[in-house]
Amino acid sequence: MSANGKPYIREVSRYRWYFSSPRYLRYMAREVTCVFIGLHALILLVALRRLSEGRDAWEAFLQNLTGPAGVLLQLVILVFAVYHSTSWFNVTPKAMPVQVGENFLPGGVIIGAHYAAWLAVTLAVLFLAGAF
Amino acid sequence: MAKSNKPIVWGLFAAGGTVTAFITPVLVLLTLLPVVGVMPELLVYDNLHAFAGHWVGKLLLFGVIFLVLWHAAHRLRITLHDFGVRADSAVAVIVYLAAAAGTLAAAYFLLRI
Repeated sequence: MSANGKPYIREVSRYRWYFSSPRYLRYMAREVTCVFIGLHALILLVALRRLSEGRDAWEAFLQNLTGPAGVLLQLVILVFAVYHSTSWFNVTPKAMPVQVGENFLPGGVIIGAHYAAWLAVTLAVLFLAGAF
Repeated sequence: MAKSNKPIVWGLFAAGGTVTAFITPVLVLLTLLPVVGVMPELLVYDNLHAFAGHWVGKLLLFGVIFLVLWHAAHRLRITLHDFGVRADSAVAVIVYLAAAAGTLAAAYFLLRI
């Protein structure tokens, strides 16, 4: 209670609160990745549809995807997807701490293992898909 | 103890977040490679059609799309709240229904391949 009997209430903007600290802004950037992850899932859905419609539909789809607009969209999605991956892996020690005997495995080990697995999965998919 | 469906909602969100963290970047990379003159063999119609035609391929594609859609839907619900949208029940119904519709569509397209 302050002297005049009114409790102090700090003003917090309901719509722009996350601009008040870089921490909040990073949190919001992480949360907003879902828009682009969702967008990519929709692209996968359209890909399945075109694939089910036959060769011509698929090849036209792939042509669109590799046109200027498709490339720009995918580059933006790639940036947000990578941000999702790094922010997801960086909190794994908090999300699933690993206990060994009395102690907990250092966070860096858990994060490092995830990055290594990420690299392995990426190379494996590229290899299996015949990219090299 | 009161029953809650939160563990299921959150469990699927976490599973989807993990799947998408591991594979979404490389999936985008695959469809970007033709731009620099590298055509992954999988993207050739006959190969991709054969992959999606096999039940293992269907199951993989279905699982990925289902989990990733659910992840995006759940996080979008939280994000809309953070942006000041307070109609959480309506938002929840819309985003989860959209994810369910997308999942059904994936199953439909896969069964036609």
